[in-house]
Amino acid sequence: MRNLSFKQISLCIIVLILLILFPVAFSKPFPQHVMILIFMFGTMAVAWNIMGGYAGMFSFGQVAFFGIGAYTSSFLLITYHVNPWLGLIVGGLISALVGAAIGYPCSNLRGHYFAIASIAFGEIVRTHFNNWKLIGAAEGMTLPMMNESFGNFMFHSSKLPYYYIMLAFLIISLIVCYFVSTSKMGYYFRAIKESHDVAKVLGVNVVWYRLIAIMISAFLTAMAGTFYAQYVLYLDPESVLILPISVQIVLISMLGGAGSIMGPVIGAAILMPVSEVTRVMLGHKGTGIDMIIYGTLITLISVYQPKGVWGLFSNIGKRMK
Amino acid sequence: MKKSSCLEVNGVTKRFGGLFANDNISFVVEEGEIVSIIGPNGAGKSTLFNCVTGFYHPDSGKISFMGQEITHYRAHRICKMGVARTFQIVQIISDMSVLENVMTGALLRYNRIAPAMEKAEEVLTFTGLIEKKELLATELTIADKKRLEVSMALATRPKLLMLDESMAGLTRVELQGMIDLIKEIGRKGITLVVVEHVMEAVMQISDRVVVLNSGKKIMEGSPQEVVVNEEVIQAYLGEKR
Repeated sequence: MRNLSFKQISLCIIVLILLILFPVAFSKPFPQHVMILIFMFGTMAVAWNIMGGYAGMFSFGQVAFFGIGAYTSSFLLITYHVNPWLGLIVGGLISALVGAAIGYPCSNLRGHYFAIASIAFGEIVRTHFNNWKLIGAAEGMTLPMMNESFGNFMFHSSKLPYYYIMLAFLIISLIVCYFVSTSKMGYYFRAIKESHDVAKVLGVNVVWYRLIAIMISAFLTAMAGTFYAQYVLYLDPESVLILPISVQIVLISMLGGAGSIMGPVIGAAILMPVSEVTRVMLGHKGTGIDMIIYGTLITLISVYQPKGVWGLFSNIGKRMK
Repeated sequence: MKKSSCLEVNGVTKRFGGLFANDNISFVVEEGEIVSIIGPNGAGKSTLFNCVTGFYHPDSGKISFMGQEITHYRAHRICKMGVARTFQIVQIISDMSVLENVMTGALLRYNRIAPAMEKAEEVLTFTGLIEKKELLATELTIADKKRLEVSMALATRPKLLMLDESMAGLTRVELQGMIDLIKEIGRKGITLVVVEHVMEAVMQISDRVVVLNSGKKIMEGSPQEVVVNEEVIQAYLGEKR
């Protein structure tokens, strides 16, 4: 588990090449848009997994980190003309700090109680942003049009650059997750997930390691937030700070397989096309249909394969050996 | 120079509401000793354990380890200083292998995985679980789980090891195995404080016995002295009529 085998590395490289070539085969905007969403939600699910899957903090408030990331870079861009790439870093740091500030008093909360607190956190942030005049309150913010360039993090003629940028973000978050899960930190996170008591007697500073998990997760999620702002060029609390996004992140991770590195990405690759296709095919009449399909999938997976689709794969892999 | 004691518990009191779980308990454990704490259910043994290891903080009194006061230290810090413990109800990491469990303990002293893994294998060889190192922790029998928990504690390289009922619910053969292991740990120079109900084990391993009843220390002495003491017999069996 600690060292990747030759087989695993070659598989990763093949998948990566396929993903890089994907836009060549599918040059229409829609498939590219779906892939971008897969990468974006994949990144957020990987980030959630570090907190939830490894360290056992079931957060239903990830959207707050997403929103803070999106709002920080956009606010800095609009008001102070700060480059969005710099805004991305600042947004990530602010998000991590807010996460730590809210995570510290929640240090003793576990399981359902942590989940409830995280929902409250997300909703508090949404309510605040809805009323905060400085950042446009409920009207939101429209990002200024700028020349398209990588430096400006803005492209108008094609989705292609967005595709590759988000793919890079996903890969960064996977690398972070890989290093976390194979290091001392990863083992300590798993001890904390099992029980705070067992972690403490092994000498783990539970409060500190939980904060680290939250901060890593918050930073990566905020990165996706900035990306979203630059991609859509319009923000308001009801589109980037609503609870269903948080729920979707959790569902994706659980479906794919919490506690594994690739699980959340697989979850995103299954669920995002479902929600996008139903949305496009059924329009507003279809609202909720994707949730029905999600619900069915989640029920099936939790009954037959609690370790998620990834668990299913690794079982098949074991049998083939 | 006076040799400093390993553990000094001085007038420790812990209340839960109006209940005195520990009432002014004092005792000293010297380096290299094996001390048993016995007493009927609800005597305050586990509470005392929790106070020493930083899971609870006593309302009054003082606890020192190796001459340093640790009364208000948090659990992980006390562990880092060299006090390891096990729980009455086995606490292991269920989704990890036996080896990974022990390795997580060893990571306290090593920052990298490889040396921690080496240390974990060394500990597992010592405790006799090395052949089961690839098994999931949950696949072990209860006796092996208790052994695993002791291995995890040992991997943190303790100077003082505190075992909370490591022998409850074992068969005779398993019991003897655990007794031998504890003696072996003692021979390595690790000081042991053991909470135990199984008198057979207490008699065999202890240098000294501390008896608690209703939160108070009622007696302290060699195992032979303790079993014939009137007050101790009364605490366990009630008054003679």
